[in-house]
Amino acid sequence: MSIDMEQFHGVFFDESQEHLDSMEQQLMALDLISPDAEQLNSIFRAAHSIKGGSGIFGFDALTGLTHIMENLLDKARQGTTELNEAIVNVLLETVDLLKTTLETYRNKKEVDQQSIDKGIECLESVLNDENTSRSDTQDMDDEGFGFFESETTTKLSTDDSVDIEGFGFFDELQPASQKPDESFGFFDELKPISQESNDSFGFFETPTIKTNENDNRTDLKPNVQASSLEKKQITNTSEQTKKTVESTSIRVDIGKIDSLVNLVGELVITQSMLTMIGSEVTGEVEDKLHTALAELQRNTREIQESVMSMRMLPMSVTFNRFPRVVRDLSSKLGKKVDLVMEGGTTEIDKGMIEKLVDPLTHLVRNSIDHGIETIDERLALGKSERGTVILRAEQRGGSIEISITDDGAGLNRERILAKATENGIEHDPDMPDNQVWALIFEAGFSTAAEVTDVSGRGVGMDVVRRNIETIGGRIEIESTLGKGSSFHIHLPLTLAIVDGMCVSVGDQIFVVPLMSIIESIQPSKEQIKDISNDNLLWIREQYWPLIHLHKTMQIDNAILEPDKAIVVLIESSKKRFALLVDSLVGQQQVVIKSLEKHYKRVPGVAGATIMGDGGVAMILDVESLASLVKPASKESIQHD
Amino acid sequence: MTEIKQTQENQVHTEADSREFLSFVLGSEHYALDIMSVKEIRGYEAVTKIANAPPFIKGVINLRGDIVPIVDLRLKFEVGEATYNEFTIVIMLNVAQRIVGIVVDGVSDVIRLADDEIRPAPDFGVAFDSRYLLGLVPIEDHMVILVNIESLISSDELGLVDTQLSNSQE
Repeated sequence: MSIDMEQFHGVFFDESQEHLDSMEQQLMALDLISPDAEQLNSIFRAAHSIKGGSGIFGFDALTGLTHIMENLLDKARQGTTELNEAIVNVLLETVDLLKTTLETYRNKKEVDQQSIDKGIECLESVLNDENTSRSDTQDMDDEGFGFFESETTTKLSTDDSVDIEGFGFFDELQPASQKPDESFGFFDELKPISQESNDSFGFFETPTIKTNENDNRTDLKPNVQASSLEKKQITNTSEQTKKTVESTSIRVDIGKIDSLVNLVGELVITQSMLTMIGSEVTGEVEDKLHTALAELQRNTREIQESVMSMRMLPMSVTFNRFPRVVRDLSSKLGKKVDLVMEGGTTEIDKGMIEKLVDPLTHLVRNSIDHGIETIDERLALGKSERGTVILRAEQRGGSIEISITDDGAGLNRERILAKATENGIEHDPDMPDNQVWALIFEAGFSTAAEVTDVSGRGVGMDVVRRNIETIGGRIEIESTLGKGSSFHIHLPLTLAIVDGMCVSVGDQIFVVPLMSIIESIQPSKEQIKDISNDNLLWIREQYWPLIHLHKTMQIDNAILEPDKAIVVLIESSKKRFALLVDSLVGQQQVVIKSLEKHYKRVPGVAGATIMGDGGVAMILDVESLASLVKPASKESIQHD
Repeated sequence: MTEIKQTQENQVHTEADSREFLSFVLGSEHYALDIMSVKEIRGYEAVTKIANAPPFIKGVINLRGDIVPIVDLRLKFEVGEATYNEFTIVIMLNVAQRIVGIVVDGVSDVIRLADDEIRPAPDFGVAFDSRYLLGLVPIEDHMVILVNIESLISSDELGLVDTQLSNSQE
């Protein structure tokens, strides 16, 4: 488990660094007299994201700081606190502190708890100051609560840091020489797992006393050095074995991969040109040239395949972080929640995966916090005491669908409408459910009665929607009161790879997604039946509607007699139908390119792809073809 | 120091006054478009047809990994004959963050024009709607029609942009 989490640390550090940088910039640019609401929102969101992420990974020093920072920013956002130079200074100092703390975590060093406490104290004092222009005991009490809470978290974090140190322990074993590590950032990525993790497992399992000891040393600073010295000694022995078991992965800028993808596309085209020219060559070099060209063809294909696979990652990369999220959160909230994950092997573009992490985390946390009821409530409602959250990814027609489903309370129409009124969000009280659900994506909307560490500030959902929209997706909600809700995220297939069957019609090639094909046959005349100008195909003891692809796609020079052509039986989620094409060309993996980027959506087409010869082939969208079944064939007959 | 600055400003000023245009031929008519929107010029190659598209949208080609539509302006504006041979030229345009290729009969010249050389287009039915015209310019013994290519490409008339989609997104 711990090893699984490690692979996400790098991403979290990078993201948080970005968030901190933007926070700093925005704070500097903030107009104190009349602060821009959107700017405050975005500072707030950045703090919120860091809090969320650090909570997942157990970087409690960051969570504690950002939580209080959030409180302060929230007050500023709502206008209850007026920002002034001093507050912004404190905020900036906090950002600095967050940066150093982030760096400390990144380098797996001990967090300076004193400075964290001091930072929290600073923020608290500003918060209290603003709360009550003159110290009001009652308010102080309230804040005192916040204080205790945060203190417990910080206390906890010291405990937790035992844990973290436990993990951190065997990592720290590796860099005996910290310096080269830092400068390359190389070894951070290369985490030897096998050999050493065994050692270190032994390590943190056995002597709890030892880690505690270590923990104490944090407080007595001078000793830290001694302990790291100890580690160094241990490391030296393991250093040699490590070299042989280094796992190999490096971070590469995605732009480099993109340009590689394009270049390889060009290479494939050049290669097929060479093959064509090569076939014209005669004489003594002919044989040699052909052998070399065949070799080249094989190599280019392999290069192409591996380059394509570089950008694609299975959804499980994202999904794997959720068991921990669910466990931590449910135990925190005193709920029992089972997490079911399906479709982890669905491949998705890396760029999308990174942008999906935040929204999915928000949604899962929301499901557990707002959706799933407490054990008592569930039992009273006659539900099983364990709630279930299902995370599912699947490819559907021209899109990828990711859904988060819970069997909790469901959305409450009345409460959402009441809240919308309260927050001044425009709405119509009679609008249909799905529009009501959409209200929760508005900025500043939250139905949670209390602001907790987990959720309820109303930042989550609008960020969720914004993030999904930036990758060209959309989100829908289905919900039944008392039964549960489910959030569906539809993502475009841009750059997703599809296993396709290439078919030819006239002089054009089309790609049919392989997973929707049942079989391909050459029909006999007797199998084709006419019904009011349409054709039906009798096969498998059923009549199948027959779509002439050349008619739908308006292609000339196609084979018109079905018994001389090929019929591909297709199953979409809505219906089954048969597709008439001239012939089958072959099966291959194709990369889906967007048609909308420079043109627009075309009915019946999910996208386009570039074939080996550099030409363009359309990828059919079986879902929309299925809906075209009747009207399309009738119209085209009238045109004829 | 200040003097140098001033002369520089003057230069910028005159450059801003005149723009460069790429002139091309459709049938017997001469047209020109802002050269800044031209990405490259290439020969006509086989296209992949798009279903249910108007005839002047010839199809799409692969431009180094991008799927790019090709529009035949001769068909759209019914000038000249839409023949395709090795001399047929496609001007690849980069407008409104999109790449679009337009088929023309030939590319003739790059011309630099000052704003005061451009005559306003009269209100009569040229092939192009006057909304898509910047003006007319007499050059030697013929007239060059300046096309506002950005508004033409993003217009509903060509149907290259999914207006419905962009509306629903807003």
